[in-house]
Amino acid sequence: MTRRNSLERIILGTLLLLGGIAMIVPFVWMVSSAFKPLPEVIKVPPTLIPQNPTLDNFRTVFTRVPFSRYFLNSTIVAVVVVFSTLFTSSLAGFAFAKYDFTGCNVIFLLIVSTMMVPFHVIIIPLYIMMHRAGLVDTLLALIIPGLVSAYGIFLMRQFSQGIPDELLDAARIDGASEFRIYWQVVLPLVKPALATLGIFTFMWNWDSFLWPVIVSDSDISRTLPIGLSTFGQQYASFYNLQMAASLVTVTPVLIAFLMAQKYFIQGIALTGLKT
Amino acid sequence: MTASKRSINQKKLAPYIFIAPAVIFFCLLLVYPILFGFLLSFQDWNLLAREASFVGLGNYAKALRDPLFRKSLWNTVYYTLMTIPPTVILSLILALMINSRLIRYKSLFRVLYFVPVVTSMVAISFVWKWMYNPRYGLINLALEAVGFTGQSWLSSPTLALPSVAIMMIWQSVGFYMVLFIAGLQGIPETLYEAATIDGANRWQTFSYITLPLLNPTIVFILITSVINSFQVFVPVFVMTSSTTGEPGGPLNSTRVLVYHLYSIAFRNLDMGYGSAIAFILFAILLIVTVLQFKVVQQKVEY
Repeated sequence: MTRRNSLERIILGTLLLLGGIAMIVPFVWMVSSAFKPLPEVIKVPPTLIPQNPTLDNFRTVFTRVPFSRYFLNSTIVAVVVVFSTLFTSSLAGFAFAKYDFTGCNVIFLLIVSTMMVPFHVIIIPLYIMMHRAGLVDTLLALIIPGLVSAYGIFLMRQFSQGIPDELLDAARIDGASEFRIYWQVVLPLVKPALATLGIFTFMWNWDSFLWPVIVSDSDISRTLPIGLSTFGQQYASFYNLQMAASLVTVTPVLIAFLMAQKYFIQGIALTGLKT
Repeated sequence: MTASKRSINQKKLAPYIFIAPAVIFFCLLLVYPILFGFLLSFQDWNLLAREASFVGLGNYAKALRDPLFRKSLWNTVYYTLMTIPPTVILSLILALMINSRLIRYKSLFRVLYFVPVVTSMVAISFVWKWMYNPRYGLINLALEAVGFTGQSWLSSPTLALPSVAIMMIWQSVGFYMVLFIAGLQGIPETLYEAATIDGANRWQTFSYITLPLLNPTIVFILITSVINSFQVFVPVFVMTSSTTGEPGGPLNSTRVLVYHLYSIAFRNLDMGYGSAIAFILFAILLIVTVLQFKVVQQKVEY
């Protein structure tokens, strides 16, 4: 019995490890190519560890295109969107969960039902609106569509419902204003939900492509994914440069993920099934 | 008395103020664009011409006649059929393996499989494009090393879309695996103990306990994965663009619906027809989702 178990453990472990290696191979290939000069990149058979490791590729990437600018743009957009989403979602979510007001359910249902509408349905009208407002090719055009999230409101309402009413009434008796109740009683209690919502909003934003590729025309408003895509297409046959640029793009998020992986995975498991 | 009255008034007014920012943004950035887009789909309107004319269902009829639309619809369906069965089956197998009591270092494996999920899609697409390179790419070199002939992958009209599909299976398996693990952990341990006492073998335990109780997770995963793969865009845009032609090639073999929409609206600036395509895609997704719910729910009631 135990021998069968240990045999099975070895088989399972080996299979999982092989699959895990398959997950990592493209990353190893990327890192390896990013540090090779062009002749070595297209050498057959390829080398795993660069024979003449070089940082030239990174130097070229940063001098040919304003990669740090893309980085800054991505950061500004993501940070503003995250804070706006957290604020509007938690405030509205709290109101929908803990107040009884005329239209409460109707408005909430209306908001939730738009979660069914895919983003590409509004992409043309949004573009025309931005065009008319003269906002095409600005960071504002990237930020505005992310200011509110139906999903965020839904999530925050679900979490706010768990707050005991007695706690809110106690604060009222103590003379706290309604906004102060939200700020000092509700917000600390929904922190886990805020963290999850924040992480995912950040990720979606950092990686978003379709909308930015439409409204960004120049380096002024290009975010990292758009900058990387334009750069890669310009240097289509310079695989070493492409891999260096990809590595620069990927590294910050990967580090963030490895540091906070527990929250990422828990968040997916939690919110993924709750919606 | 005045103080308590003030606080009652405040309590009545507060929720409206609290939902105001969300509702205002919401109307401006979601409700209005949806209505605007719907109206646009009945108009012939080029962004440069500035003159809009009402054409009724003309744009929808145009889509039915447009060979490129039909091609991209078929490509999208083909891509979905290629990606979803392997992704769902693989991620379920991985979840079962990681969830097994025999496996140690569970969180290490979960992280390994999850890494592609959090990595920038554009970067991943470039890396795979490089791996698919017919002459110097890792995949052909590996195939040739074990005696197979290399393929032309992304430059072959028959292999280009499957190549994108293979990459996307690799990319998304970890995501669905995490959802399956969460589903598996929700199944009460006592059920398995009872089954063991009754002498059920593993296959019976799996098909009479695990699979039925995992049903809500499976429904959720099928619906999200279909919606996701119908909206595939980035890998096609990045991997199939060449210096000679627009993305979606070779011979439009990787032109998918969202790319067609992008091309019509933002390359040809044909906003009316683009909006019609957007609403057709929306309608397809709604129908597919409702059908999936219907089909799977019948299975649950046993």
